[in-house]
Amino acid sequence: MGTRTIIPFGPQHPVLPEPIHLDLVLEDEKVVDALPSIGYVHRGLERLAEVKDYNELVYVAERICGICSFIHGQGYCQGVETLLNVEVPPRAKYLRTIWAELSRIHSHLLWLGLFADSFGFESLFMHCWRVREKIVDIIEETAGGRVIFGSCKVGGVRRDISNDTLKRIRGELAAIESQYNELKPTFLKDASVNRRTVGVGMLSREQAIALGAVGPTLRGSGVAQDMRKLGYAAYKELQWEPVVETAGDCYARTVVRVREVTMSFDIIRQAIEKIPAGPIAVKITGNPTGEFFSRLEQPRGEVVYYLKGNNTKNLERFRIRTPTFANSPPLVIMLKGCELPDVPVIVLTIDPCISCTER
Amino acid sequence: MAHLTISKIITRSAVSKYATRLYPFVKREPYKNTRGHIANEINLCIFCSLCQKKCPTHAITVKKPDKIWEIDRMKCIQCGACVDACPKKCLSMDQQYSAPSPVKSIESFHQEASTL
Repeated sequence: MGTRTIIPFGPQHPVLPEPIHLDLVLEDEKVVDALPSIGYVHRGLERLAEVKDYNELVYVAERICGICSFIHGQGYCQGVETLLNVEVPPRAKYLRTIWAELSRIHSHLLWLGLFADSFGFESLFMHCWRVREKIVDIIEETAGGRVIFGSCKVGGVRRDISNDTLKRIRGELAAIESQYNELKPTFLKDASVNRRTVGVGMLSREQAIALGAVGPTLRGSGVAQDMRKLGYAAYKELQWEPVVETAGDCYARTVVRVREVTMSFDIIRQAIEKIPAGPIAVKITGNPTGEFFSRLEQPRGEVVYYLKGNNTKNLERFRIRTPTFANSPPLVIMLKGCELPDVPVIVLTIDPCISCTER
Repeated sequence: MAHLTISKIITRSAVSKYATRLYPFVKREPYKNTRGHIANEINLCIFCSLCQKKCPTHAITVKKPDKIWEIDRMKCIQCGACVDACPKKCLSMDQQYSAPSPVKSIESFHQEASTL
């Protein structure tokens, strides 16, 4: 047994976009234990639910995270709509699906770029972000903001996308997808990339289930669990299957995300073809009563919204369980036994979003 | 296993046009829906205070007796809730972002009595 050393990793580290701190216990170059600690960007958003009107809180929910902003807003709205017994018009459901999938594509492309950066592949990082920029442009054109959509509201959506614009977007997406397809082989087949990802950061199917992993981390270990199968928004009317890989290493988690981007392009295409005409919002009256768990699939995994209303305009309790929080215990297991240079790669494969986790 | 799979993309981008703009000289046109900043056509304003009530960040202050409408640009999150609520449609969302500022200041719009 070699000498044990503790090396601090983060909260400020070139590979980390957000602050998470890990105390790495090393024996020579091998990681034998990792102790994560968070708490650097806590903002107390859940407490705001007791002060803000339930209609205003959607703006707060959207700002929990800069990358999955739309799905946070959508999760909150779906929860309140269930408490109010409101049925959202079909067109609003389809628009929500389109925006959610656009947000998934831009999140995954951002992640693929950051992941390339984590093993020092700068040009691949730049090319991923070049493709992502076009998606962000579509988001700005339809929703008005680059990352904060501001489009979801309790009872529907705030702005419509005209059918002509949707048709044009379908053409633009086809062009973006062909650009994206050129990048795929580098992640999937390139020898220098595969040497850093294949067999690194193993998480078995049993460990993933026992530790409560969610999203691509769970699907990369062979469990076909995708919250979109619950059939919220328009997902139950569209044809798609969860992406599953069985290897459980960093490569499998990358493949899941690479394939999910293609699937999101396909879901948007189907949604644009099927989108019905009609109103985009219903009028909201009354106050939320009762409690509800709203579960959605974010780019990073399952997010759980717990809402409790007491028939006033403020919610009594508002709780969010974000995917990175659920993926932190599996991260510790993945890190055990790896080499020190692999730590940034493994930390990035759970797609850590710390501002989500700390709210 | 393949080697240098990205070389085709790199070669093409080396000889083709820049993917980025030379920013201060070339500026991108904002989209029609871009949420830049809130503009107020103050002569149409009736000082009903609905925008103040609807603002989630309390950035807007309406002083009806003095006919003054104020907005704190640093607090405003460009959500557009006030534009949706405005009954006279004097509030609108401008596409240009508000200019960066070294000091926090409140922008004030004053309606002249003669315009009524």
